[in-house]
Amino acid sequence: MGATILMPALSPTMTEGKLARWLKKEGDTVAAGDVIAEIETDKATMEVEAVDEGEITKILVPEGTEGVQVNSVIAELDGGDAGHAAHGPEQPVSNAVQAGGETAQVAKEAEDYGAVAARGTARKEGAAAETQPAASPEPEKEWGETKSITVREALRDAMAAEMRRDDKVFLMGEEVAQYQGAYKVSQGLLDEFGPKRVVDMPITEHGFTGMAVGAGMSGLRPIVEFMTFNFSMQAIDQIINSAAKTLYMSGGQLGCPIVFRGPNGAAARVAAQHSQCYASWYAHVPGLKVVAPWSSADAKGLLRAAIRDPNPIIFLENEILYGQSFECPTDEDFILPIGKAKIERKGKDVTIVAFSIEVGLALKAAEKLAEQGIDAEVINLRTIRPLDIDTIVASVKKTNRLVTVEEGWAFSGIGCEVAMQVIEHAFDHLDAPPVRVAGLDVPMPYAANLEKLALPTVDHVVDAAKSVTYKK
Amino acid sequence: MVQAAKAGPTKRRGKATPTPTSAATSNTAGGMTQEQLLQAYRDMLLIRRFEEKAGQLYGMGLIGGFCHLYIGQEAVVVGMQTCLQPGDQVITSYRDHGHMLATGMESRGVMAELTGRSGGYSKGKGGSMHMFSREKGFYGGHGIVGAQVSLGAGLAFANMYRNDGTVCLTYYGDGAANQGQVFESYNLAALLKLPVVFVIENNKYGMGTSAERASASKDRSKDGTPWGIPGEQVDGMDVQAVREAGLRAVAHCREGKGPYILEMKTYRYRGHSMSDPAKYRTREEVQKMREQHDPIETLRKILLDGGLDEGKIKTVDDDVKRIVADAAEFAQTSPEPDEKELWTDILLEAR
Ligand SMILES: Cc1ncc(C[n+]2csc(CCOP(=O)(O)OP(=O)(O)O)c2C)c(N)n1
Ligand SMILES: [Mg+2]
Repeated sequence: MGATILMPALSPTMTEGKLARWLKKEGDTVAAGDVIAEIETDKATMEVEAVDEGEITKILVPEGTEGVQVNSVIAELDGGDAGHAAHGPEQPVSNAVQAGGETAQVAKEAEDYGAVAARGTARKEGAAAETQPAASPEPEKEWGETKSITVREALRDAMAAEMRRDDKVFLMGEEVAQYQGAYKVSQGLLDEFGPKRVVDMPITEHGFTGMAVGAGMSGLRPIVEFMTFNFSMQAIDQIINSAAKTLYMSGGQLGCPIVFRGPNGAAARVAAQHSQCYASWYAHVPGLKVVAPWSSADAKGLLRAAIRDPNPIIFLENEILYGQSFECPTDEDFILPIGKAKIERKGKDVTIVAFSIEVGLALKAAEKLAEQGIDAEVINLRTIRPLDIDTIVASVKKTNRLVTVEEGWAFSGIGCEVAMQVIEHAFDHLDAPPVRVAGLDVPMPYAANLEKLALPTVDHVVDAAKSVTYKK
Repeated sequence: MVQAAKAGPTKRRGKATPTPTSAATSNTAGGMTQEQLLQAYRDMLLIRRFEEKAGQLYGMGLIGGFCHLYIGQEAVVVGMQTCLQPGDQVITSYRDHGHMLATGMESRGVMAELTGRSGGYSKGKGGSMHMFSREKGFYGGHGIVGAQVSLGAGLAFANMYRNDGTVCLTYYGDGAANQGQVFESYNLAALLKLPVVFVIENNKYGMGTSAERASASKDRSKDGTPWGIPGEQVDGMDVQAVREAGLRAVAHCREGKGPYILEMKTYRYRGHSMSDPAKYRTREEVQKMREQHDPIETLRKILLDGGLDEGKIKTVDDDVKRIVADAAEFAQTSPEPDEKELWTDILLEAR
């Protein structure tokens, strides 16, 4: 009996890839384990091995073909299996489709909002953090021409721009140099800046974080990449006890200009130890600033500001957003202020506060709410600490209702802080108790069906908005 | 089919002492009888075929997230497991499928965990990196590089505390061997004379970073020297060499002399996880290891040279194929976990 060879998935988020090369041709005989082809995505290359033995009777996808869907038939062995793909699912599925819940799905549609995000909205001047460098531009200044780039490119461009500008800035972390970044964020930086400024580290988070903090104290400006923020837990003592507190303990003598960055939160199907949001962990600590970009413009503008900031900054990225494109200003000096939230969508009936990937979810919910006659205002926090409470309070004074959205757990989460500060500053303006939408209060399960249930959905946000507006 | 799943090597547990051999039935190389060698061949082949199937299911989207295959390293766990007795423990990282099969965990339960189904060892809640079996002495399945090393020292601490003569095998990679808590564990284990064998699986790379680029220590078996921990470098592609060194290490622990380090020189054929740029090593390097040092092929030749009937090997091959096919079938038909499982196993009821 013949068999078919299917396009394999090579990462948790892959839906399609390029068939780069055939190493066998029609008529060749293969045995299990033989390498038959090479496939590529923007992140990785993989050899496809034969799992059955037989003769390749037909190659259906020629080499060099881009955008080959995961699980589509790429070749036939011994005449194919006449439609009976062994054990294969009926529909092509990839891990990206079955995983990550609705948040991931919505992230894929984020492009539309990207244009809005990049254009910016008129904003009032707020109390800027005292540490903002004088060169920092007006909040939400009009930056002119934009171009669609991925969040991954935006982050890389921000680091490259700051490294060109200041030779004290350097990047260190696991796989940042030769490998070009575990998630390809540092692509090309080794080539441009050399091994002195783009430095590969062994798997020693506690040690190299301490080393970077020490270098920062002496006046260098390290960027530390954590492969994911889950691994920053190995180093959290140095971040909190050394980086965050030394300025205070030294009576102002020893500041530490340093950026800790990397993907935060759930990716897709990577289970409890690799899927967690650390926003509230770090936001708890005086002496740190915590930034969480959503769009490419956020990523680029805020990372540039973070690198210039004289303080320790926790910069929380999101793996699922890395490949998403948004419009981003092309102006060479483009930068965004830390400590300023952004109104992504104006509305009058309810204020929805979100950060990072959940901004996309909130905007989607706002669209659905609009169809039902509820006009939601969506605030992208951009910075979590210091919290831009002025923008939030101004909005709540207008809408009288508050919904917060985060991927992490509700208990002691960012939503708690936002709601509490709103209560402190605008209690009399609230017409309903604030509602938190958050990840369920469980460790992240691996199973596809359970993972989906554990993450916030558009409907959760819609329901929350309806409950605070007392609509059914 | 249940029959096939049970017929595997899974029921067998290793013995601590080399079995005395009768000249008629044995090839005494490495202290292993022909029978033991055939069993080792079967156990390694089961891991190899299991992992190939897992790779295939991943490609079909039936397994998600991270999936780290053990292909190429089979001789390490199979050889070490033959040195253990019931009650001994094993703990390792996320590259754990081989360890689980070696401790006797069922192929079906492991594969069903990979597909996130209720028939999996963690009811689908742990996935590839997080499986456990108290019954088989397997303590996981850990995703944070290096964290299992302190945990392994803790399992050995409990062994010392209970004074029951059991030993813990703590496995970790060449990359993990650089983590600070590994060195803290060396000191603790030596200080408290803990019965733990530290097994470094040096497959030459931690993700895309070669061991040379990650550590100034070139002979990892000597990493315990400051604390007086004896160590050996072992050909981890040779199951007999692994067993010989394993027996020495385990005996040292059982005699109450404290920890022991084994640096297994091994190699992974596949990418770090399913997603791997494959640019940090050459195709030739991988090809050379596969062709000249494959632990399964080598043992197969030894068996045939020792006069074993080719038909017997074929029977083992077929058997293994059947077990893996059955596991794959089970992993696709076992239902997804009940939605209620989302809320179970977070805390235990205090009584
Ligand atoms: C603390 C921590 N840092 C980083 C990672 C990401 N990571 C997972 S596996 C790995 C490489 C480990 O290499 P090694 O210890 O040699 O084991 P191998 O994968 O070769 O079996 C890295 C960096 C992690 N899981 N945990
Ligand atoms: Mg390794």
